[in-house]
Amino acid sequence: MRKISYREALREALREEMRRDPTVFLLGEDVGRYWGGAFKVTEGLAEEFGDERVRDTPISESAIIGAAVGAAITGMRPVAEIMFGDLTALAMDQIANQAAKIHYMFGGQVKVPLVIRTPFGAGVNIAAHHSQSLEAWFMHVPGLYVAVPSTPYDAKGLLKTAIRGSNPVFFCEHKLLYPIEGEVPEEEYMVPFGIADIKREGADVTVVATLYMVHKALNAAEELEGEGISVEVVDPRTLAPLDKQAIIKSVKKTGRIIIVNEDCKTAGVSAEIAAVVAEEAIDYLDAPIKRVAEPDTPIPFSPPLEQYVIPDEKAIINAVKEVV
Amino acid sequence: MTLTLTKEKLVEIYMKMLEIRFFEEKVFELYAQNLVPGTIHLYAGEEAVAVGVCGNLRKDDYITSTHRGHGHCIAKGAELKRVMAEILGKKTGYCKGKGGSMHIADFSIGMLGATAVVGAGIPIAVGAGLSIKLRDTDQVAACFFGEGASNQGTFHESINMAAIWKLPVIFVCENNLYAMGTRQSRVMAIKNVADRATAYGIPGEVVDGNDVLAVYEAAQKAVETARKGEGPTLIECKTYRHKGHSRIDLAKYRPKEEVEEWLAKDPIKRFKEKLLQTNTLVEAEIQQIEKEVSAEIEEAVKFAMESPYPAPEEASEDVYA
Ligand SMILES: Cc1ncc(C[n+]2csc(CCOP(=O)(O)OP(=O)(O)O)c2C)c(N)n1
Repeated sequence: MRKISYREALREALREEMRRDPTVFLLGEDVGRYWGGAFKVTEGLAEEFGDERVRDTPISESAIIGAAVGAAITGMRPVAEIMFGDLTALAMDQIANQAAKIHYMFGGQVKVPLVIRTPFGAGVNIAAHHSQSLEAWFMHVPGLYVAVPSTPYDAKGLLKTAIRGSNPVFFCEHKLLYPIEGEVPEEEYMVPFGIADIKREGADVTVVATLYMVHKALNAAEELEGEGISVEVVDPRTLAPLDKQAIIKSVKKTGRIIIVNEDCKTAGVSAEIAAVVAEEAIDYLDAPIKRVAEPDTPIPFSPPLEQYVIPDEKAIINAVKEVV
Repeated sequence: MTLTLTKEKLVEIYMKMLEIRFFEEKVFELYAQNLVPGTIHLYAGEEAVAVGVCGNLRKDDYITSTHRGHGHCIAKGAELKRVMAEILGKKTGYCKGKGGSMHIADFSIGMLGATAVVGAGIPIAVGAGLSIKLRDTDQVAACFFGEGASNQGTFHESINMAAIWKLPVIFVCENNLYAMGTRQSRVMAIKNVADRATAYGIPGEVVDGNDVLAVYEAAQKAVETARKGEGPTLIECKTYRHKGHSRIDLAKYRPKEEVEEWLAKDPIKRFKEKLLQTNTLVEAEIQQIEKEVSAEIEEAVKFAMESPYPAPEEASEDVYA
């Protein structure tokens, strides 16, 4: 099968959906022909679809999302880009209080088919305001779906599902994933929400990971294989809805679970998944649940400091060895 | 530009601008050698703004800064070596390596910090102004921000708040025509950001941001007004960044003629010519200043390069006070 990058996979999804449906349009800072998006995901799309449908905005995150919400409830399917995940904080009211609640609060009268794409993640030394992983903020808001693709295949399939859906989707990307290549079929496909993917089968320990951490978990699994430990890597692909059954099924098989996520540990993604396992599958566990996450600090700038806070393969391997 | 200042002050202004220029050239050089982690947003070309404004500020006055903040730090009086050390991620940097290029602060000189969130420093300056008023001192607070930032809600909310409470704040818009690849005319239906002052009932003034004395004069007036308790001013400085937006940006979205036109209006070149024309300084003195500044920069680089990185575990320090 052909291989393309995560960035290209996202762009293909946008292009295909824009060709298919004239109500789909993009808006965001520098998404248009002069820059093509800070991470070049939308490069070339303004040339094909024009400046009206690939719309550069002022630096006004709150109004970008608000305008997307307004367009979504009046017949359009906006895909808004927030240049860095950290900056979604500026649009939090429109995301959490407006987009997420409109369908419910107004008694189901209207749908909010809106996608908000944004990159999270540390690792490129751009410090506290451009490096966070904030997926948990959005998981905490009923009415929002949260997608966390780790591969080009998932990125394309999930983005198409997001665009065609009837709900606001908070679509998390990761800066370090954009250049990563993977197999993506030429023919059309979709990846449904709420269906986890087993990225590697194993028998001894379940490792649940998302976004860039999936790749670190796979590296760790490879290394542990050499030491006779068989690791199963489960990638939920969407955090809301969360495929609890897939996680529990894996735990039933292995009896051990490590949850790896790049956000801060306290009240993070791993806390929620651990709680699900504790509530619904504790009888199948042969060892305590372990979490590998960032310590509860902002992301520091200096390379040795930043490397210290980002979970790595070694931390995953150590956690696995503690439970087997 | 008129020369009513003392020779001493004029030399100080010239030196500060040169410090920023040479500093930024050095940062660019180090970046190209892979010695600067992360990204950089250079201030070269905009020196007259920071220096013209900060030339009117006392050590106990406040400023807030942006992602393009090296010039603001230097103009307010930060030590070059500690700014450079921070940019290189060293323990001896102003923020112990936690902040980097986009997040430098020196509270000992009233530099309340640079923020990488566009527009986020503006309300913080309003807060400093409020604190000045509540503490009943005659300090002032200036905030720097780009024309791109003036489309953030924070800009509008902040100016309104400073206006109703008559806070001692100077809003300094550095209009370099582009926010990343986005030209001002594509995201604003007006030509002058300063016109927005009218909507909030405060004075707004457009100045040639590449003429350091014009900026100085406008800021002088605004600072005097603020110190007297007569409220805030918005100053828009029309200027241009010499380089791309950040690290690798080649700024192909800017027409060549436009770049050339602005390079010809280089604020440092213009000020130097003025100093020579008016016999304020002679060529030999200029050369002497350049030599001194170069030596200062070299010393800063040496200090930064020789400084240690922080120990990894320091990442966990300073989360709470
Ligand atoms: C709230 C926010 N939105 C977007 C960005 C990404 N970004 C960084 S600098 C920049 C352009 C800022 O333009 P302007 O305010 O005019 O300042 P300049 O870079 O021209 O000095 C953008 C969009 C950001 N850092 N913060």
